[in-house]
Amino acid sequence: MSSVLFDVPGPKARMRHRIYAVIGVLAIAAFIAFVVYRFYDTGQFTARKWEWLQYQQVQIDLLNAVLETLRAFAAAAVLALIFGAVFAAGRLSDHAWIRRISGAIVEFFRAIPALILMFLFYFGLPAVGVPMTPFLGVVFGLTLYNGSVLAEVFRAGIQALPKGQAEAAYALGMRKTQVMFTVLLPQAIRAMLPTIISQMVVLLKDTALGFIITFQELLYYARYIGTQGEFGRPIVPSTLVATGIYICLCLLLTALATYLEKRNRRSKKHIDLDEKKAEETGLGAAASA
Amino acid sequence: MNVLLDNLDLYGPFFLTTIELFLWSAVGSLILGTILAMLRVSPVLAFRAAGTTYVTLIRNTPLTLVFAFFVFAYPLLEIVKLSFFTAAVVALIVYTSAFICEVVRSGINTVPVGQAEAGRALGLTFGQILGQIVLPQALRSVAPPLISTLIALLKNTTIAAGFSVAEAGAIRSYLSERGDNQLIGLLWVALGFIILVAVLSLIQRSLEKRWSVAR
Repeated sequence: MSSVLFDVPGPKARMRHRIYAVIGVLAIAAFIAFVVYRFYDTGQFTARKWEWLQYQQVQIDLLNAVLETLRAFAAAAVLALIFGAVFAAGRLSDHAWIRRISGAIVEFFRAIPALILMFLFYFGLPAVGVPMTPFLGVVFGLTLYNGSVLAEVFRAGIQALPKGQAEAAYALGMRKTQVMFTVLLPQAIRAMLPTIISQMVVLLKDTALGFIITFQELLYYARYIGTQGEFGRPIVPSTLVATGIYICLCLLLTALATYLEKRNRRSKKHIDLDEKKAEETGLGAAASA
Repeated sequence: MNVLLDNLDLYGPFFLTTIELFLWSAVGSLILGTILAMLRVSPVLAFRAAGTTYVTLIRNTPLTLVFAFFVFAYPLLEIVKLSFFTAAVVALIVYTSAFICEVVRSGINTVPVGQAEAGRALGLTFGQILGQIVLPQALRSVAPPLISTLIALLKNTTIAAGFSVAEAGAIRSYLSERGDNQLIGLLWVALGFIILVAVLSLIQRSLEKRWSVAR
């Protein structure tokens, strides 16, 4: 543990750290105990509020709700990757007008909240006569928002590759398309996989926005179960279960990203991106948004 | 244009609520996020573990679910009653501070170790090193990503519309009651966000220019 803030602790400091640790653990334990006590005191732990988990029909419906979430995630993920690839290519084009149009579209969709995009599809389009389902509203909203973020990620990755890569390829007489597809893209995608997957985690979490436009996914179902009088309105237990499921799904994706990153580091085909350049072109910003 | 002009009484106050929501949660999550970052770099293992657990759990939970918890489930625990607006601010702070924490922590790591060592050699206390040497430099180098996180926060405020807060995201449902064209109404809302985000991006760019540290 080497942090800029702390010197290597001596015997006195180690003693002090131990005291802090004890006080800290006590404070955290006290906070958790208080929350658990509130749960207990208001009857959240009574068997009746958890009974619903035992019913087979509820389990099947819960599973279906998770599948619905995953269905929206899969559709939006594929479409967003395509959208991102197309507009990244557009922004790297040699023709100024294509660059300008794709730039404007990407910046436009990045600045609009994902929920407003879903509203635009789900409520806006039917107003001018285009029929829409909640599922399509969620998928299109997520595609445009995450697709434009991914477009920036792709572009940043390609621009951050060492310049010599493209120069060498041109020197060999390759055309621009060839340079892009056989030299730049494979390396850039390899280097950007972790960022792309963390954007996928964002996309997976954002499917829960569908709850607001009545898309019947996991959160919607948790809310529905939580209002059932026959189980004593178990909204706290059902929210906790839904949280657990979301966290597990996202952690699985994150684990995949970590695994790929590790494998990448070992691989000889790996090229380090020019970090400063990657940050300038927005890779850093995309990762945190 | 008519949809906007006929409903100025909606757009004005509702966008103000959005800005208010944004400012409160920005201040709150900057404070909580910095505290969390302090926990995550502390030499005490228990603090680090607590900070890491919080950040991991929150970063993998959908914000809509955090909202749903504070609006539907939290009142049943009968701790302190929150209005819809306060509940929205709390949900946004709980969520955003996990992201702010990571930004601040990476900022602290960009400060060269020699800086703090020189401070210690001069006999400065821990508080002085943190407040006068490390944090000022760290904040300068993270200003751009910090504002990116705040831009994400601004866009996330729209989720409050699903939970009974009358902010910009909720304009649509009022328009539909009045029978106005929702597509055009929503495009104006989108334009409002583009302007707000542009303002934040401008601040970001000017801070980047003014604050960049020579290393």
